[in-house]
Order: sequence, then structure tokens, then C-alpha cells
Amino acid sequence: MVFLSSDRLNTGLLARFARRQFAPNRYDLIALVLIGAAAVLVVHGAQQMSLPVAHLQTEPVVLDPARLPEYALRSTLRMFAAILLSLLFTFGVATLAAKSRKAELVLVPMLDIAQSIPIMAFLAFTLTFFINLFPTSELGAECAAIFLVFTSQAWNMAFSFYQSLRTLPADLVEVSQQFHLSPWRKFWKLELPFATPALVWNTMMSMSGGWFFVVASEYFTVGKTQVTLPGIGSWLAMAIDRRDFVAVSWAVGAMAVVIVSYDQLLFRPIVAWADKFRFEQTASENQPESWFYDLLRRTRLFRRLGRPFVGLLALLPRPRRFVRSRPRAFNPDAVRWFDRLWFGLVALVGAWAVWTIFRYLSANLKLHDLVAAFGLGLITLVRVLLLIVIASLIWVPIGVWIGLRPVWSRRIQPVAQFLAAFPANVIFPFAVMGIVAWRLNPNVWLSPLIILGTQWYILFNVVAGASALPNDLKEAAGIFHLRSWQRWRDLILPGIFPYYVTGALTASGGSWNASVVAEVVSWGHTRLAAAGLGAFIAKATDAGDFPRVALGATVMSIFVIALNRTLWRPMYAYAEKNLLLN
Amino acid sequence: MTMTLEGTAQKDVPLVEVKHLKHVYGKGSGPGLVVLEDVNLTLRSNEIVGLLGRSGSGKSTLLRSIAGLITPTAGTVEVRDMPGDSNAHGVSMVFQSFALFPWLTVQKNVELGLEAQGVPADERRKRTLAAIDLIGLDGFENAYPKELSGGMRQRVGLARALVVQPSVLLMDEPFSALDVLTAETLRTDLLDLWSEGRMPIRSILIVTHNIEEAVLMCDRILVFSSNPGRVIAEIKVDLPQPRKRLDPAFRALVDDIYARMTARPTGPAPREGNFPGSGLGMALTHVSTNTLAGMIEAIAAPPNNGSADLATLARELQMEADELLPIAETLQLMRFAEIEGRTIRLTPAGRRYDAADVDERKQLFAQHLLAYVPLAAHIRRVLDDRASHQAPATRFRDELEDFMSEPYAEETMDAIVSWGRYAEIFAYHEDDDRFSLDDPA
Repeated sequence: MVFLSSDRLNTGLLARFARRQFAPNRYDLIALVLIGAAAVLVVHGAQQMSLPVAHLQTEPVVLDPARLPEYALRSTLRMFAAILLSLLFTFGVATLAAKSRKAELVLVPMLDIAQSIPIMAFLAFTLTFFINLFPTSELGAECAAIFLVFTSQAWNMAFSFYQSLRTLPADLVEVSQQFHLSPWRKFWKLELPFATPALVWNTMMSMSGGWFFVVASEYFTVGKTQVTLPGIGSWLAMAIDRRDFVAVSWAVGAMAVVIVSYDQLLFRPIVAWADKFRFEQTASENQPESWFYDLLRRTRLFRRLGRPFVGLLALLPRPRRFVRSRPRAFNPDAVRWFDRLWFGLVALVGAWAVWTIFRYLSANLKLHDLVAAFGLGLITLVRVLLLIVIASLIWVPIGVWIGLRPVWSRRIQPVAQFLAAFPANVIFPFAVMGIVAWRLNPNVWLSPLIILGTQWYILFNVVAGASALPNDLKEAAGIFHLRSWQRWRDLILPGIFPYYVTGALTASGGSWNASVVAEVVSWGHTRLAAAGLGAFIAKATDAGDFPRVALGATVMSIFVIALNRTLWRPMYAYAEKNLLLN
Repeated sequence: MTMTLEGTAQKDVPLVEVKHLKHVYGKGSGPGLVVLEDVNLTLRSNEIVGLLGRSGSGKSTLLRSIAGLITPTAGTVEVRDMPGDSNAHGVSMVFQSFALFPWLTVQKNVELGLEAQGVPADERRKRTLAAIDLIGLDGFENAYPKELSGGMRQRVGLARALVVQPSVLLMDEPFSALDVLTAETLRTDLLDLWSEGRMPIRSILIVTHNIEEAVLMCDRILVFSSNPGRVIAEIKVDLPQPRKRLDPAFRALVDDIYARMTARPTGPAPREGNFPGSGLGMALTHVSTNTLAGMIEAIAAPPNNGSADLATLARELQMEADELLPIAETLQLMRFAEIEGRTIRLTPAGRRYDAADVDERKQLFAQHLLAYVPLAAHIRRVLDDRASHQAPATRFRDELEDFMSEPYAEETMDAIVSWGRYAEIFAYHEDDDRFSLDDPA
């Protein structure tokens, strides 16, 4: 899903998001199938190459706090590499989708599916693919880790960029056309600046979700291949393996420092800077603030240092030849034929993909595997929904209480965002210790872990919604002495609903991902498992049982997409139609 | 005008020539919406020409065709430079919404067109600062648009259009987003610059729906009809500049244009005003019933006493012609008033409506709605016939779309829903988009 910053929620982005049909169409199907086929091919290739027993570890991770800053830095660098990759992907793919109708027909459903499939389930495939690319070096493992993080964050960024490109203000497009701006110049003068606020917000959200995957990707086992990349994640794995409570606490602390500093030193300044690109002709009421940005703006040195880069930008090549001043008119017959050809091609590739998947799965699996996977999927579904309900019951009242008090919401909001960014898998060991110590039922008590990290999305979205309630409505409710239930029913719940749906949808998507690491956890040699599709995938990944991983991942994708289409999208549509203020 | 070069050879150089222009919006299949039909226009040097018409008359479309922003369905547009004139060529445009890039400073906004032309940085800067200076913006070079008032923003828009030295300046309702005082100042400044010859441009083409504005500024006014847009009158304005609104000749001209804009095209369906189509296919304008009632009261009240001059009425109510006319025509459609020339007169029913109380008004409105708006009668008939007394709105929407394009059908449905609700002849449920007869009371 595309994340909407609180002040943009009412600008119609949500509306456009919701207005898209939520019944899966043929392109959704094709997209899903293509992704599945790609996964199968990767595994197929991997098996052909008969993996050597790889133990990719150039230098062992040492549980020495003095080394922790270095590990934290390496984790952070992985994150930056992934975000850079995501940005490049965004500029390329989203621009293509926005400019070419044919690419759009295939790419948009692809992005839509990709952003809702649980990435953790595909861990085995992405890792295998890259380790095969560089079988002997650490580079393969690094690439795999970076790629995993990339797959967790690129889609919503690309989607937001695509949506911005499709909703450029008409008058500015006319100005660009009238002055014959080249496509290149138009990109820098109009398209990129216009898309910047939404893109920055989505990048921030992506990164915030990405820490989870950074931690998860640094230490993993796929069948006989075991990879340890120096970083906080592998430190944590080592600490868990050795039942070293103090080391786990160090990891938590290091992660906290990393997240706070990335927020303060990187994203707040960028958000504050991006405010000038907001497409409003009036200054915004709540201008985002950043002490670091203010500091940078005041220093003379940094401004001087920055100038050469601006100069470099101006020197960028200016392809001027492909200027198109007037829209070209095509012969409608030719267009229709070309369309048919294109659809035919897409259908052909789709059919081939279905065949590939079918052949692969039918050679390795029986029908009862499928039934079992669906059964486990239902268990995880119940778990996810139940926990969303419980989390909502807890956080909606608290979020509203906070949101209605500006002083509190200003204090709590950054904390909630911090907690949402904090990778919950770092906290898991504490929960496991508790379950082991008190001999609790893992089927019940492992469940809260899957929402541990994602419940905060509900909280901070509800806070944003409650603080956005218009003052006049609150005053009207006060004047007529609405009693508390009526006040909730007629004012508060409808007011926060669009925000709540955003939060709950994010939480739900994150929970499915988390189930892959939360339904099977260990503490030293103690291994706890809950029944569920996440555990099914985790175990298959561990055993290098690719057919079952493929099955689990596909079934989980189907569950997530079905949930999005039958529950969240209709809720969005309803919110858009009936409850959007202003 | 103080500066017209009457009699010089330059006067007759055609800068823009539009011939038989036709523009149809809509998909390849289906009826499509004819926005412009056989429009001819010649723009010569040293004149300001106004395009006047109501919304939907296609005047903005014409302007955009000349600017090269859209390709007309048929006909030709030729833009020529003045022979031997190297300082000014092509066209440039000023937008109603200003269309400034919020992330660029005033200076960068103005530079935009020059940069695209590849003008070297030094010259760019020089010309930009000169344009900013000319338009009275010096001191604001580094400001962002959000820091400026509406009037200042439009000055930036003007500077941006002038700096590329066009021979023709196209203006799309440039003052209509501004308050009255600001608009007046900006207009006066522009006319001063024009008459002193300080702008590089050779001619101005301005789109407006404000009759007084057109008479204040233009040497020639083309009046457009709507649905489809055609030139129905060409009026030369020979009043000397600066023109005074209170000048009787000025007033007479404004009144005359009012009359022309309300004049019905001869042909079928004379009693339906300017509503295109007839019977079910009549496209309605969504005018609030409160506004209709307010208008009836205004016409009935002294000093009008049941009959008013449209131009006077517009001034009295502080409305633009294109706001007032749909209301007047809706009243005419429902036989609450009659329009003749530039006079609107209440019918006996209109007078009864004025004197009635709330419930009687509703009853009267319901009678007239059912009698004179075929769609209302049709919906009511269908609801009466059905045992459930319910019908999905899509059914009627589809029927409408057989006659008219989607946006018109949408507006017609909006109008019928709001009038039907007021008249209590049927209920409409937004949640499931259906009509019914049940009364919440």
C-alpha cells in the first residue's frame, strides 16, 4: 500500500487509491503468476547447479560491545544500499508505468501484488538466486541481504511515484508544454519536485519497515547453505544461540541508537526540506521541523560544500532531441491492433508461467500438501485478524485520547513512529525466555509476537486521525453535550476511520511477514513452534525444501491478497466515499 | 486607446488565423461533446481581442488550440510572426490559476521559458530581472509563490509569459481568481503597459466571462454561444481608453452584450432557453432551489416589481453574467419567468411563488417541475408504476447518456435529484443510488 502522510490524507491520494477496483482482475492474476514463475525458475536453476555446502562467513561475529558500532554501521550501510536501489527502481519503473500505457497495464498490477505479498516467505528464493550468482564470495550473500530489504520497500515507493506522475497538476503540465520543456527538464522541474513529498514519506515508511528485514537477512539458513553477515542481525542470532541475555540487550540498544539517529540526522531533515515541494500555494500550518536541518542551513561550510553538487546537477546531459511539442495522433485501427498483439503476448507469457509453476509443483507435491498449507494458512489468518482486533481495542482508545490532546500527541507521535520502525525480531528473545520460563503454550503465546512490531502503525495513524478532527466539529459535539457513546459513534470513529484503515492495513501486511519469523523461535537449543503457515514456510526454508517453500509462499500471497481485496480495499472505498473530511 | 496605430500598415498584419475550427471531446465511439463548431478568428497586430462566453462555450479550448496545447478535431490554426520583427514571436500564455511552480522562486519561475529555449545564463538573468522589474515585482525575486498574494502571483505569471517575448499574449481568465480590487489594479497596470508600448507583445487575446472586463480592455469582443461554442457576435469597442464604467456609452455597450448573450438561437424548442436538447434529452444546469427562490424574490421586490433588466440585476446581486444566466434560464424553463431581450419578467406563477409560504412554494414548484421538466415526470411515472415504488438511478442515467455526454448527464441528474427532493416528488438514496417514493416523514 502507499503510505499517506497525515497532512496528505485528505488531498485525494487516498481517494484515488480506493477508487481502483478491488475485485482482482485478469492483470492481478497474470502478475501473481509471473512472480510465482520467476521464483520457480530461480529454484530450478539452483538445484541444477547443485549447491556446494556453503558456509559463507568471512569473519566470525564476535560478541564484543566494542565491535558493535562497526556491526551497526554495516547494517545501516546495507539499508542505504537497499534504499538507493529502491529509488533507482522507482524512477525507472514508475516512470515507465506512467508514460507508457502498455507498460502500465502490466506493471501497475505487478506493483500492487508485489507490495502486498509477504516478502519473508520468498526469503529462500531471493537468497538462493544471489548466492548462485556469486557462489564463492561474500558478495552474493551481501547482495541477497540487500535485495531482500529492497523487495520489502521498493513497491510502495514506486507506487507513490507513479501516482504522483499520474496526477500532475494540469496547469503546470500546460506551462511545461507551452514552453516546450524537454522530457528531461520536465522531469527535474515538474515531475520530481511534485512527487517529492509523497516519495519522501513513503521512503521513510519503507525504511522504517526495512529494519526488520535487515535484521532477518543477516543470519539465515537455507538447507545446507548458511550465511552470516556481520551486522546487528547476526550479533543477535549469535547471542540467542549462546543464550546471552546481556548481548541481546546490547543489540536492542544498538538498534535503538541506529533508528533514532537515522530519524534525526537523515529523515527529519529531508522531510523538513521536502516541505517546500508541497503542492499548496499557501504555507503549511504545521511545518515539519528538524533541528539538524536548521543547523545545516545555518552553517556556511556545508552550504559551500553542497554548492558543487548543485553545479554538477546543472551539468547533467540535456538530451534535447526527443522533444515532442504536440501530442501525436495515432491511427486508431493501428492502436487497436497493437493492443491486441500486446495482450496476446502478455497472455502467452502468463500461460507459460502457469505451466511452469504447475509442472514444478505437481512433480514435487501431493494434493494433501496443498490442503495442509491452506489449513495452516487459515490458522495464521485467524491469528492475524484476532491480533489486529485486540491491538485495535487497545490502541484506538489510547490513540484517540492522545490525538485529542495536542501536547501529548506531539510527544507520543515520534515515539510511536520509532516503535514502528524498531525491528520486533530483536525483542523476540525476551518473549521466548518468558514462554520457556513459565512453560506457556506456544500456540497461544507466540501469537502476540506477530503484531509486536506492527501494532504501532495502528497507534500512530489513529493519533494522526484524532488530531486532524476539525475543531468546529469538536465544538459542536461539546455544545450539544453529546454523550460519550454518541460522541464516539458520530464524531470520533468516523473521523479516524480512514486513518485507522491505513494503519490496520499496514499492520496486517507486516504481521503476515512477521509470522514467518515469529511462529518458530528459538533460545539456545530450545525451539518453540506454533502451528501456522509462517512456521510451515520457516521450517521448509530451514530444510531447503523448495517445493514446500514455494507452496507456502504462494498460499500466503493468496491469503494476503484476498484479505486486502475483500476487507481492506472495501473499507478504504467506504472511507473515501463517506467519511473523508473536507 | 491612446496608442493605436490607426492607419499604419502594421495594423493589418494577421498574427493568428483560425479557420473552421471544430473541437469534439470524448471517446472515439459515442456522440462526444462538441465544444467548438466552425470557429473563425483573425487576430491582428495592435489589438486586444476578448473571447466572451459562458462556461462550456469552449473559449478556453480555443485559446489552448492557439497555444498549441491541444490539437483541434478539425480546422486550422496558424500563428505568424510580424514580418521583419525579430523581437517578438510565437505565443505565450497567462493562466487563470497562475500555474506557478511552488518549489521555484519568483526568479526561477520567470526564467523557466528562457531556460527551455537554451538562453545563456547571463542573458537569462538580465532579461528575467528586466521582466520582473517591468511588472512591478522587484524585491520579490527570491520569494516563493506561497509567500505572495494572489495579485503578486499573477504578476509572476505575467512576467513569465512576457519574458520569452511572444508576439501574442494569450490570457485565460487571468483576473477571475483575484478579488475585485486586486483584479482592477492588475488590469489597469496591464493596460498602462500596453498603451505605453512597454511590453514586447503585438497583440493580446483574452478569455473572460466578465462582460465589464471585456468592455474595459478590448478593442474587439467575440461573443460565444454555448453547446456547441460558436461565435454569435463580434462587437467593436471604439470607446477611448481609459474607459469609465459609469460612462453611459460604456453602460449601453454592457447592456447590449447582455442581451446578445441571452438571445436564443432561432430554431426549435424556443421555450427551453439555452438548454440544449428537448424532452428527456434536455441537459439541465444544477441550480440550487434556494438560489431560484432568491432570484424570484429579487425580481419581485422593489424597485424591480416583477420585471428586471438582466445587467442591472447582475450588478445588484453582484453576479457575473455566466452565474446569473443559468438561474434565469432555469426559471424560464419552469415558467416562473420569461426572458425577452435583456429583460426578465416573472410569470403569474412566479408572482404566486413569491407570495406563497414554504409549503405552498413546494407544491407550486412540484407542479411546475412535473409539468415542464420531462425527466422529473418520467422518473415519477416509473416510480408510480412499480409495485416497489423504487428504481435504481443508473437506469435514468443510462437513458440520459443516450442523449448527452457523461458530464452533462451527471449534472442533469444532480439537478433533478436536488429539485425532486425539494419538491418532495420523490426521494433519492445516495448510499445505494436509487430513487423511491417513500417519504421520510
